Amino acid sequence: MLKVLKSGFFTTVQDLGRLKYRSMGVPVSGAMDDYSVSKLNMILENEPEAAVLEITMTGPTVLFETPTHIALGGAEMSATLNNQPIDNHRIYKVNEGDILSYGRLEKGFRAYLAVKDGFSTESVLGSRSMFSPITPKSHIQDGSVVPYDVNKAFEPKISAYKVDCLLGETVLEVYKGPEFSLLNDRQLEQLFGTDFSVAKENNRMAYQINELLAEHRFSMLTSATLSGTVQLTPKGKLIILMKDGQTTGGYPRILQLSKRAIAILSQKKSKDKIGFKLL
Amino acid sequence: MNSYPISIRPFGRHAVLIEWPNEVAKTILSDIIRYKALLRNHLDPAVWELVPAYNSLTLIKQDTPIDFSTFSEQLKTWYETEEEVASKDHFLWRLPVCYDLDFGIDLAEVSERMQLSTNEIIALHTKPEYTVYGIGFLPGFMYLGGLDTSLEVPRRATPRLKVARGAVGVAARQTGIYPQESPGGWNIIGNCPIPLFDTEKKPPCFVNVGDRIQFYAISRAAYQLCMIEGEVGIYKIEKIKLDA
Repeated sequence: MLKVLKSGFFTTVQDLGRLKYRSMGVPVSGAMDDYSVSKLNMILENEPEAAVLEITMTGPTVLFETPTHIALGGAEMSATLNNQPIDNHRIYKVNEGDILSYGRLEKGFRAYLAVKDGFSTESVLGSRSMFSPITPKSHIQDGSVVPYDVNKAFEPKISAYKVDCLLGETVLEVYKGPEFSLLNDRQLEQLFGTDFSVAKENNRMAYQINELLAEHRFSMLTSATLSGTVQLTPKGKLIILMKDGQTTGGYPRILQLSKRAIAILSQKKSKDKIGFKLL
Repeated sequence: MNSYPISIRPFGRHAVLIEWPNEVAKTILSDIIRYKALLRNHLDPAVWELVPAYNSLTLIKQDTPIDFSTFSEQLKTWYETEEEVASKDHFLWRLPVCYDLDFGIDLAEVSERMQLSTNEIIALHTKPEYTVYGIGFLPGFMYLGGLDTSLEVPRRATPRLKVARGAVGVAARQTGIYPQESPGGWNIIGNCPIPLFDTEKKPPCFVNVGDRIQFYAISRAAYQLCMIEGEVGIYKIEKIKLDA
């Protein structure tokens, strides 16, 4: 069991998400930076769908009530184990009573805490990913208890790995979206010739972009959207749907982020710079 | 059959968008549903999700990227085949709505704006059999087509931050029910006490795209009763099987 002494800004349990309920309007959810998570699960020799904690901007303080192995990844948040600094991408053995806490956000925006065999919170519609109202709670609160199983037999084969770090990347590789052809020359020039910045309206549902493109008057029938779909509102606002994004939308879908680009964007916060590059 | 020119386009590397002519029509929706049933015979449900909405069907693949040129040819072949598919049953669902002013918080405004009495609004809203053209926006939120033109009220200028669970709204040419509390910009004229999405149920949402919905007005007392029956899970929703 993990006892959450302080929950931090926005901490959730996430796995690969709910993959079969989009036609009923249920967002996929799942870890925003799944690149980081897949690596953590790999070194801990977990199943790919093992659930982790996703920690946004400010980290929690947690107490391990039973022994396990942990690994941290994603954003760099000055983590300490019993007040000793610990690194990302390395396995640590933790004992009963150990305390993990986080300090200053150094790089990125979302950090991950993985444990051996993953967290074993309740699975709803095939996933442990927290998303209200599918799961009763939208995020972890002070005093929450997050269960995991003890695996006494585990002997890590590797203790650390070198990471292909996405945190410093700013270029989002994109495909043409279904309504790409609506863009005029001016909008295209803006889209691929300008640096953009992340708006303060950014969360697990969507990232809005500060800079506007030229306005448009195209209206379309509601149709499916995906994680990484870039919508263009009539006023020229770019809205990039993320893991908790709605499953359908009525704005033109001008671009589609690659999976890697979604992971890169997940580590961006308000005012961070990004650019688009067409694949 | 197959009277529509369809367009097949990549939507990133893991999805394909198939589009029918850009209009809201029951005949188009029927063709989409027929094709979706056919695709279900060929595409493994563990790997593929199929999301229909109005004039489109989006196919989303979980694992490896799609080889678009091969797959789109295959999709065309399947669309043109004469293969008979057993279509899924579709239903007309009759859902109770309480149009009491406490729930229908915008009824007075809609009434004034459209020059209709509250009773006229209720009569116009409960008359049609609405077609479910899509489910999205929120878990269990149905996009319903078939609203009477005299109820076409524009969206509210400023969306509300909180619309109650079960709220029944009208906006532009659409009507629908908010299955959960959420922000929303539609004009609220009533409330439906029946849960539209329940993670405990299999499937969690009883309605499918292609089904129909009809509302009927209930009193406040009947509303309370439906609510209690809904909570304990004994409420039986009225449904009538539609002819294929």
